Amino acid sequence: MTANSRVGIVIVSHSAEVARGTVDMVRQMVGHEVPVAASGGNPAGGLGTDVASIIAAIKKVWSPKGVAILVDLGGAETNSEMAIEMLPEAWRGKVVICNAPIVEGAVMAATEAAGGGTLEQVRATAEELAP
Amino acid sequence: MNAETAAEGSALITHGIGLHARPSVKLTKLAKTFASSVHLRGEGVVDWVDAKSIVRVMGLKLREGSTVHFRALGPDAPAAIDALVGLVKRDFDEHSAA
Repeated sequence: MTANSRVGIVIVSHSAEVARGTVDMVRQMVGHEVPVAASGGNPAGGLGTDVASIIAAIKKVWSPKGVAILVDLGGAETNSEMAIEMLPEAWRGKVVICNAPIVEGAVMAATEAAGGGTLEQVRATAEELAP
Repeated sequence: MNAETAAEGSALITHGIGLHARPSVKLTKLAKTFASSVHLRGEGVVDWVDAKSIVRVMGLKLREGSTVHFRALGPDAPAAIDALVGLVKRDFDEHSAA
């Protein structure tokens, strides 16, 4: 199974450090077979999220099986929705936002993705954790 | 010949802090490589949980010194049990010296 045959994961946090740290946890706990990318902080280097950066992260991990996005608070979700709307039409239906805690959800989603799970299975696994 | 085989096994958890996050991920990933259905349960626990569900496996919070039981059903059930029991006995491959 090549990396391209697994669902990709994008981490969107207001903090670049949280996003990078979450990617580190996924790589160390789950491994490198799942494509995972971070998007965190605003273009000025402060706290925030940025649509262009989220789109770039999605493109980086794009897989025909789809991409699951984990977000932290408010704007991370609305900017992720906006990023999905701006993707090529053929991609839009294959990118989903998971309603799950960002760190725990990312590890759970990546574990499912590593086993070859579908986008729906990956999202459902992350969302099993939602309150 | 019936392709559906049942197999069972158990192993003592020797990992310092039990079946926590990283070992749970390893166990789930390994379970997913088999076609058979695989379940596990902790010592003194009645319910079996799906070994291929990372959320369920992590939710077991199995401790060091307790025994984990496995059962599998399917075309590669004995191999699945051998692999999972082996992983637990090798302390999840987290101590390279062992």
